Amino acid sequence: MTTSAGTTHRRTLRWQAAKVLSIRDETPTARTYRLLLPEPRRHLAGQHYVLRLTAPDGYTASRSYSVASAPDDTGEIELTVERLVGGEVSEYLHEVVEPGDEIEVRGPIGLFFVWPGDRPALLVGGGSGVVPLMAMLRLARRDGRADLLRVLVSARSPAETYYADELPGDGVRVVWTRSAPPEDPRGAGRMTVADLAPLVRAEQDVYICGSPAFADAATERLREAGVPDGVIRVERFGPSG
Amino acid sequence: MATVTRGFFGRRRDRDPRLPPGQYDARDEWPVLHAEATPRLATDRWTFTVSGLVDRETTWTWDEIRALPRSRYEGDIHCVTTWSKLGMTFDGVAVDTLLAAAGVQPAATHVVAASHTGYTTNLPLADVTDGKAWVVWDADGRPLTTEHGGPARLLVPHLYFWKSAKWVSELRLLDHDEPGFWERNGYHDRGDPWKEQRYQGD
Repeated sequence: MTTSAGTTHRRTLRWQAAKVLSIRDETPTARTYRLLLPEPRRHLAGQHYVLRLTAPDGYTASRSYSVASAPDDTGEIELTVERLVGGEVSEYLHEVVEPGDEIEVRGPIGLFFVWPGDRPALLVGGGSGVVPLMAMLRLARRDGRADLLRVLVSARSPAETYYADELPGDGVRVVWTRSAPPEDPRGAGRMTVADLAPLVRAEQDVYICGSPAFADAATERLREAGVPDGVIRVERFGPSG
Repeated sequence: MATVTRGFFGRRRDRDPRLPPGQYDARDEWPVLHAEATPRLATDRWTFTVSGLVDRETTWTWDEIRALPRSRYEGDIHCVTTWSKLGMTFDGVAVDTLLAAAGVQPAATHVVAASHTGYTTNLPLADVTDGKAWVVWDADGRPLTTEHGGPARLLVPHLYFWKSAKWVSELRLLDHDEPGFWERNGYHDRGDPWKEQRYQGD
């Protein structure tokens, strides 16, 4: 397993009240929240924030959400949140939060599942797992280094594809598992080694993000395509509400 | 210190007293979180070693470790990503048994647990002795599955679960603390869920 660039990160992470600037729909069940941070700290593509909700009686609920926006100096970040049925935090965010609200967050967190921006990489994302990969893709495109990345996104259907309008471009492939548009010759079906093999290059890091089942299936397909375990980094999204 | 979030009241009014602060009950779910590819480990090549500041570095094969006196943990586990699972049962061998076989030297103060994948995590020696830690291969009466760390994982249930290294291969005894994988990546060196020691500085 690769360790993260030998970097040490042992500072205290403080809670701060982020202001919700805007909210937009990505899919029928996913929304992106643009937040203004009073104490901004530039993130790395792939990192996440923890978001905490506090009830009047002091009860708290917190969840982790990946940053979808590229690192920049605006002091603003975007988090994309999937609404989970019965999810205490995600349902609150979808049903109650409006622009102007303040939400406590702390971060950025994580130095393992990050793309430094200067190395060839293959990004493989399933469903909401595309969120941290989007930060990497946006960074690469902004810096004129889209050539460094190959991207495979797996989604159930076109309507359920995150960032559907923004994804298409050189080196990016979207496959649909349940229903594909009629013009897609591949049709609908689970990701196969044939989908991944054309994207595999020597000397590239691999970032897999999605559900545990997706992550393990993607790992297996990549092994079949000849990718060694040692270059694979995995972020598994659990059911955390 | 925490400011009240507008319009948030929380749903979990009847909180189980077994849940540490900030945790929720995952009930039937057992989320899977690790940063590397899930490895394939055959039990005929599996080994577990106690090394470092011990009288006799000792390695057990799969059959050998399973022939040691069995020990059971019944209770709860807590993941730093905020889920907990209550009332679980794990079977394996007490770390005390393994350390006794190797003979801990007086200078040892900490351990690093390593995995067959290269994952590491650090613990004070006191957190893995006196009946507080196990190497386990059964969960709720069934063999531990690969995604949960099978064939065998470390179990240190009074600390956040990243300390319970999956696919554990070695306990190395040291006379100093040496941050492991997540600890170098910003997570707390000890990880007590009742003190919410999630990240460095908590």
